[in-house]
Amino acid sequence: MTAHLPILQVLIPLMAAPLCVVFRHRDIAWIIVLLVSLISFVISTMILDQVLTQGVISYFMGDWPAPWGIEFRIDAVNAYILLIVSAIGAVVAFYGRHSVTREVPRDLIYLFYTAFLLCLTGLLGMTATGDAFNLFVFLEISSLSTYAMISLGKDRRALTASYQYLIMGTLGATFYVIGLGLLYMMTGTLNIVDLHAKLLDMDGSIRTLQAALAFLTVGLSLKLALFPLHLWLPNAYTYAPSSVTAFLAATATKVAVYVMLRVFFTIFGVDIFEETGLAPVLMTLAIAGMFVASTVAIFQNDMKRLLAYSSVAQIGYIMLGISFLNVTGVSAGIVHLLNHAVMKCAAFLAMGCFMYRVGSVQIEDLHGIGKKMPWTMAAFVVAGLSLIGVPLTVGFISKWYLIQAAMEADMMPIALLILLSSLLAVVYVWRFIEVAYFKEPANPSLKIKEAPLSMLIPLWVMAGASIYFGVDTDMTLGVAQLAAEMLVGGAP
Amino acid sequence: MMKRKPILRVTSKVFMPFILLFALYVQFHGDFGPGGGFQAGVIFASSFILYALIFGLHDAKMVMPSSVLEVLAALGVLLYAGVGVVSFFVGDNYLNYNSLAHDPLHGQHYGILLVELGVGVTVFAAMTLIFYTFAGRGR
Repeated sequence: MTAHLPILQVLIPLMAAPLCVVFRHRDIAWIIVLLVSLISFVISTMILDQVLTQGVISYFMGDWPAPWGIEFRIDAVNAYILLIVSAIGAVVAFYGRHSVTREVPRDLIYLFYTAFLLCLTGLLGMTATGDAFNLFVFLEISSLSTYAMISLGKDRRALTASYQYLIMGTLGATFYVIGLGLLYMMTGTLNIVDLHAKLLDMDGSIRTLQAALAFLTVGLSLKLALFPLHLWLPNAYTYAPSSVTAFLAATATKVAVYVMLRVFFTIFGVDIFEETGLAPVLMTLAIAGMFVASTVAIFQNDMKRLLAYSSVAQIGYIMLGISFLNVTGVSAGIVHLLNHAVMKCAAFLAMGCFMYRVGSVQIEDLHGIGKKMPWTMAAFVVAGLSLIGVPLTVGFISKWYLIQAAMEADMMPIALLILLSSLLAVVYVWRFIEVAYFKEPANPSLKIKEAPLSMLIPLWVMAGASIYFGVDTDMTLGVAQLAAEMLVGGAP
Repeated sequence: MMKRKPILRVTSKVFMPFILLFALYVQFHGDFGPGGGFQAGVIFASSFILYALIFGLHDAKMVMPSSVLEVLAALGVLLYAGVGVVSFFVGDNYLNYNSLAHDPLHGQHYGILLVELGVGVTVFAAMTLIFYTFAGRGR
């Protein structure tokens, strides 16, 4: 059965999703989700192991060979992303039971879990597939289920947030297809490796190819919320149910970044940057995002919105790393994919705990919460320190390598900008920590208990991971460097 | 609803079996002529939508409740995905229908027929559900 691992990774959540609808019961649906996400996680570790020991895995759908049929092609880059997505999926599934019961209408819970599984399917499929059009299909599966999940939030504004994301997300997906259509017109193939081979013989200055690159870049920038195309993100993250926010913040934008890496480095190859001058544009937008989004975050009173803006800033760090175009920079970007996923997931899971006990994540409602919910708050502090980039947390590792990459590329001012933007993170993280520990609660008579254990354990798994991977970087950085060498080296 | 429109009621009743039959024709003749699961599903759903338009949503839901439709929509997807799984057990890759019959050509044929049936069931259920949802707004 190990030969079928790549398809099982995607197929199991896909087939489990309709099962949830057949049973029409929220507890059974949750058990299915938990089992499936754990199985997915195990499969993704097996795939990563197989890739690291035996090299690239290729799987042909229906035994139709590669450029004609659909191929699932897994190398170090997507094996690593698969692991991130499925690990976050498993943690959020475990966490979800209480949080979802509280935040999603009762009779829609089984449909919520169906949408969750479909979203997992879509994200894993986007990552595993080696066919650029098949990737679009999975992108749509994940996007549509995401809109549904966001709209299930308790606040009525969740509906408009979801609609806003639907419009922006559809624009992004359409741009992706237009770009892909232009590439198909030029090459006659949709297989990613084959596309690269066909494009090698072509002159990069052909107008059609440049238009294709432009459409792909803008479309994917919308999906990954690169500043200034991030406008759908704050509302979507704020009004979605907490476990959805934690899941999306850690996976959806990350997978979009992965697709962008594939488009830039595997389909077009590094040389396209020299021919088009795209790198300085990306770098400028990334740095602008780091500063503008962090500054906006400082002035937010809703913690979920604050963290959402912080996400936009962190996407800036990832794109900054990629835009250096050297191995250190790209591996810093890739390692920050995991690091940011871990810390932002922890931060949003903590928000979910506050939502569960307090019923709000407005800063003024959380005065003195550090004494009432010490464990949740401590986990948030770990995640917050990591957002700042304090040594011994994952955030430090990412920033360390980003600064190294900046120096390697002889861009000292950018290294300074990275440090400066970290100071902004200090401000918005500290603002909440100060209120939570040193302010007296507005309503001291209110009895607030610590979050239930089934939510604390996943929260601390993520908080623990953001310390563990900050100390022991062999695994994360090792794979990221391998992946970066493959991408920048141009070997498909 | 439409109590005083006997012509509409009688004609729609006469038409309904033919619409259903035509849907089945499009479904199972899809591999030799124009058609297939999606079209068949839409045509099949259109007969139920016609029924709901003439006799009212309430009566239509007695014939075909939304809970049944939800399950049908899920079962169609399961059928589609499940047919592909069969090939795992004989060592082929996912979605390889060669092993469904003694002859690979027939195997592919059966595979497509089953898959299209799954598509048809899901499209029929989804179409009818969408109609129910919009028609039931504000009630």
